[in-house]
Amino acid sequence: MIETQGLTRRFGERTAVDDLTFEVKDGEVFGLLGPNGAGKTTTVRMLAGLIRATGGTARVGGFEVGSPEGAQHVREIAGVVPDNVGLYEPLSAYRNLDFFGRLYGCQEPRRGENIRRLLGQLGLWEERDRPVATYSKGMKQKIAIARALVHEPKVLFLDEPTANLDPEASLAVRELLLEVRKEGRTVLLNTHNLDEARRICDRIGILKTRLVALGTPEMLSGTVHGRRTAIRLEAVTPAVLEAVRALAPREVRAEGDRLLLDLADPAAETPGIVAAIARAGGRIREVTEESASLEEVYLKYVREGR
Amino acid sequence: MRLEKVRAIAGKDLAVLRRRPNLLVSLLLFPIVVGIGLPLILDITVSRHHTTFASLLPLTDAFGFFFLILVVVLTTTLAAYAIVGEKVERSLEPLLATPTTDGEILLGKTLGAFLPPLGATYLGLGLFMALVDAFSRASLGYYLYPDATIAVFAGLGAPLAGLFSVEINVIVSSWAADVRSAQQFGSLVILPFIALYVAGEIGLVTLDTNAVLVVAGVLAILDLVLFFVSRGLFRREEILTRWR
Repeated sequence: MIETQGLTRRFGERTAVDDLTFEVKDGEVFGLLGPNGAGKTTTVRMLAGLIRATGGTARVGGFEVGSPEGAQHVREIAGVVPDNVGLYEPLSAYRNLDFFGRLYGCQEPRRGENIRRLLGQLGLWEERDRPVATYSKGMKQKIAIARALVHEPKVLFLDEPTANLDPEASLAVRELLLEVRKEGRTVLLNTHNLDEARRICDRIGILKTRLVALGTPEMLSGTVHGRRTAIRLEAVTPAVLEAVRALAPREVRAEGDRLLLDLADPAAETPGIVAAIARAGGRIREVTEESASLEEVYLKYVREGR
Repeated sequence: MRLEKVRAIAGKDLAVLRRRPNLLVSLLLFPIVVGIGLPLILDITVSRHHTTFASLLPLTDAFGFFFLILVVVLTTTLAAYAIVGEKVERSLEPLLATPTTDGEILLGKTLGAFLPPLGATYLGLGLFMALVDAFSRASLGYYLYPDATIAVFAGLGAPLAGLFSVEINVIVSSWAADVRSAQQFGSLVILPFIALYVAGEIGLVTLDTNAVLVVAGVLAILDLVLFFVSRGLFRREEILTRWR
């Protein structure tokens, strides 16, 4: 559904997005993670046909976004939720959605049915005639998402949809995104929120002007320190530590009553290590396998910027 | 050009205006004050200076031209909001993300900024004509309005002047960064009309029906040229990336 090849955007001397190559399959939820100024918004704007690339190519739904005609087609099949809701505050939620439905060419009665369904899903049907100015931030963000969905787009671009929302409003928006995911739409989600990315996205790209990492959350976790085995003991004694180190795992670290081991092949190595700990007098309470958190992955790649 | 999209954009701008009482009041107040004030000035002049309405007839043509200036002034206020206002309120990006062409956006915005001031001007002009007729009927022995000059003012001059003002303001909006500077630069559009009014008052030109027809012809050509110029200057990308 989305393909980019060496996509680049420069503003004068400054390069906002550099040589971006990735693919998002039909029905996939793809997250772009990155710090402020990493080029996430510029990427969404290029893919949504709002601004042109200065290098490389991108296709969305088979349309070349670099050409004016292609960009026009992309705008027909895509919905965009910008980083600022940008609703017409004096108008009601219904009027806002109806206006955008018209601009997207969604005819009646489909337009009215879609608005009713979306406002119903969001729990805002009863509030539909109230001016948007009287809504809470979370309600406005929901309306902004509904606005992007009113014409049943094939692709949805979301730029920081939960930024500046309180936890309750963020949760409501995340639940809505999970609903969108169930509907099988292709979604490109820009976010700072690592937990949100982990829960919603099938794959994640970490962007720092260039794409520095790409994969499923699990794959990316594995790239930081492999799979880590955690063994909780009654007490970590020097004898236990020595016995484990003698088996030469890549890394052995004691944290309170836990031993953290970086193993190349946990399934093969763990039984021998457990036996060695028992022989050294260690009393094991729990053995678990841990992978790196998405936060660790993010920080590693963003700091290294490789 | 898809007219249903043009109508949607103009309709939305009109709906927003209806829900902004301050803007609506400022739009209506000036024409009402002018529409009532000018006939009162004429009436007071007649009664205080013991003159007749017939001797003030040249003044009524000049007052008619005043409404041409009025529509330009009122349009400037709304037109500055048309593009820059959307940017300031962050609603322009979702609008530009729709499959709407530059021409459709500009025409919709032009109509949305042009129709309310024109309606308000007609309201003022209606009041002006009704009151002048009421004050002058007994003295003149006939109804002064409507006459050919005012018909040309209302039917051609005012709409074309309003469009001229909107298009100049849309062009200004394509590079102005905020509503205030857009209004300041856009308001300069009034200068040629003031110059023409002053020229009429000091006798350099006669602001009769023929003069207004010539002005309307020039405005019609300028309006057409300016629409294409504004379309050429409307750069979505710069609006999104340069404006802060």
